[in-house]
Amino acid sequence: MTTYLASLQTSLHNAFEADARVVLLGEDVLDPYGGAFKVSKGLSTDFPNRVMTTPISEGAITGVAAGMAMRGMKPVVEIMFGDFLTLCADQIVNHIAKFRGMFNDQVRVPCVIRTPMGGGRGYGATHSQSLEKMFLGTPEIRIVAPSHAHDPGEMLAKAVLQAEEPILFLENKLLYPMSLAESEGAINVEYWDKESGYPTAIVRNHSLTAADVTVVSYGGMSRVILPLLEELAEEEISVTAAFPGSLQPLPIDSLIMAASESGRVVIAEEGTEAFGWGSEVSALLGEHLYGKLEAPIVRLAAKSRVIPAAEAGEEDALVQATNIEDAIMGLLV
Amino acid sequence: MRNNTAEIVDIAAQRASNISRLKRFYSEMILIRTVEQTLLDLFSEGLLRGTVHTCLGQEASAAGVINALDKDRDIVCSNHRGHGHYLAYCADVEGLIAEVMGLPQGVCGGIGGSQHLHRKNFYSNGILGGMSPIATGFATAEKSKNSGAVTVVFHGDGAMAEGAIYESFNLAALWQLPILFAVESNKYAQSTRIESEIAGSFLGRAEAFGLTAAEVDGNDVLAVNDAATEIVSNIRTGKGPAMLVLDTYRMGPHSKGDDDRNPQEIESHRDNCPITRTRTQLDADWCDETKLAATAKVDAVVNTLKASRGRTD
Ligand SMILES: Cc1ncc(C[n+]2csc(CCOP(=O)(O)OP(=O)(O)O)c2C)c(N)n1
Ligand SMILES: [Mg+2]
Repeated sequence: MTTYLASLQTSLHNAFEADARVVLLGEDVLDPYGGAFKVSKGLSTDFPNRVMTTPISEGAITGVAAGMAMRGMKPVVEIMFGDFLTLCADQIVNHIAKFRGMFNDQVRVPCVIRTPMGGGRGYGATHSQSLEKMFLGTPEIRIVAPSHAHDPGEMLAKAVLQAEEPILFLENKLLYPMSLAESEGAINVEYWDKESGYPTAIVRNHSLTAADVTVVSYGGMSRVILPLLEELAEEEISVTAAFPGSLQPLPIDSLIMAASESGRVVIAEEGTEAFGWGSEVSALLGEHLYGKLEAPIVRLAAKSRVIPAAEAGEEDALVQATNIEDAIMGLLV
Repeated sequence: MRNNTAEIVDIAAQRASNISRLKRFYSEMILIRTVEQTLLDLFSEGLLRGTVHTCLGQEASAAGVINALDKDRDIVCSNHRGHGHYLAYCADVEGLIAEVMGLPQGVCGGIGGSQHLHRKNFYSNGILGGMSPIATGFATAEKSKNSGAVTVVFHGDGAMAEGAIYESFNLAALWQLPILFAVESNKYAQSTRIESEIAGSFLGRAEAFGLTAAEVDGNDVLAVNDAATEIVSNIRTGKGPAMLVLDTYRMGPHSKGDDDRNPQEIESHRDNCPITRTRTQLDADWCDETKLAATAKVDAVVNTLKASRGRTD
């Protein structure tokens, strides 16, 4: 069974083979190191001229990737930690996301900005965040975040080889070593929105048409949600979990469908609470399902404070399986 | 004849003072090294999470530069590799080790962790280059308060590719701020050699902005301290911002164990290690005793912390 990391590695390899315009830029991406999280491992050995190790200049390399994209190449830029996207923000928000619209649809900026988000490793306040909310809501940039119920490599291939739009591709540090989830035992995985290339993974712990609760989440949260679903299956609590591969634009119809399976919704995200992805999903579900929900939507997210380096503090700050379980149980009393 | 005697007396006094400085720096450097090695051991024992970037082989820049400061009022901004700077600043072994272990006794309550330390006028952050504007702000404030305080900000050679640093140079020069940009050039940024990171030269960059700049053998602790003392005193008397490039070499891995460098290359730097070099200038028995004392001190701290950890768990 392949891991999240191996899936990404293989996909990059295949993309390099498939299209000579694909290049990768980033810090420490050359072999034998192969990037801080090893996603580019092996790549520079096989494609020495197309893997460019860069100085520690996140803002510049993001813009360089965009420039290369506008001149016909297919660059992938790796930002070592998602936290450092703050340094890329000007290039992303005021350049990359602007050109197509501002130049009246005459240009395309098909670059992929890959980066790992997430905590759980004790790296502390500046190396553990999930900062996607800073970019969510910026028009004309797609934000993709595979969970381990997805095939992350397939999504990366779509982003690198086929997309015409700029893409922020969010990986997750704790997912890298994990085997990709498959339908097994109580767990059943299916995919909606396949045609988009960034499917919504629907994970059920039941084979009913209706569920007790629907969990809407994404990315690294699958690591805690899937085992929880298995546990809950033993207690005969049926849960349908939806993990959209694309955070923006949002496959809202699919989320409405998934939410309608139960009428009771828990939204869980790794980023901080308030003004985030969960707020938007909650608002949209509330608007579309007005009068049809059995209970108010419950939102779970990281506490609004810095992420401590200490283990207990970090666990307390971030959403854990027990928080989700409590929320599910709370909806069923 | 009389002149000659005076000269000899002078030289003897100078030598005695150098020996006493060397002893002080040796004690600090050996303490830093002992703490760093202990942290790596604790990591292997599973008592630390996250990451530790140790400054093995670079202890002279911490001891040499920070001892050129007036610790009561000057400000130190550090980076991801900041344990040595911290210990040279305040010798707080327990606060540091506890912090890295994520314990409440840590100097930031275990919340900050290895890269995020603060005590008195010491501040570090794990975002490369990010402390440059902050330090420039500190210097702006101190200048406007007429406090006479000097701010020093440490960056590695790799971090010197971050744009914010050059915006800071410009501001510091325009406003003639009391700030020292210390560049610890250990020739690597994580896995990447300096040749792939840095175009031109650090001194050339400083010159372009009108910063006073000097480069020194960063493993010669006396030379580092002499250079830093002169620069800091110039900055304090209003001569404007400066850069000090410290040529050194990282003897340990980038963080816990990631090191793809040729072992022979690392070995070739062994004799140039600042602690080894200082030791050759001092009495070997005294050095051994000092080292034992450092080990005893650090062991005692670790034992106490391990015990308290058992209690809190
Ligand atoms: C803005 C930013 N980019 C990247 C990193 C990841 N990172 C941490 S240390 C490091 C290498 C730094 O090299 P250098 O500045 O030479 O310092 P050294 O580690 O050699 O002391 C990198 C790339 C970071 N912490 N912050
Ligand atoms: Mg370096």
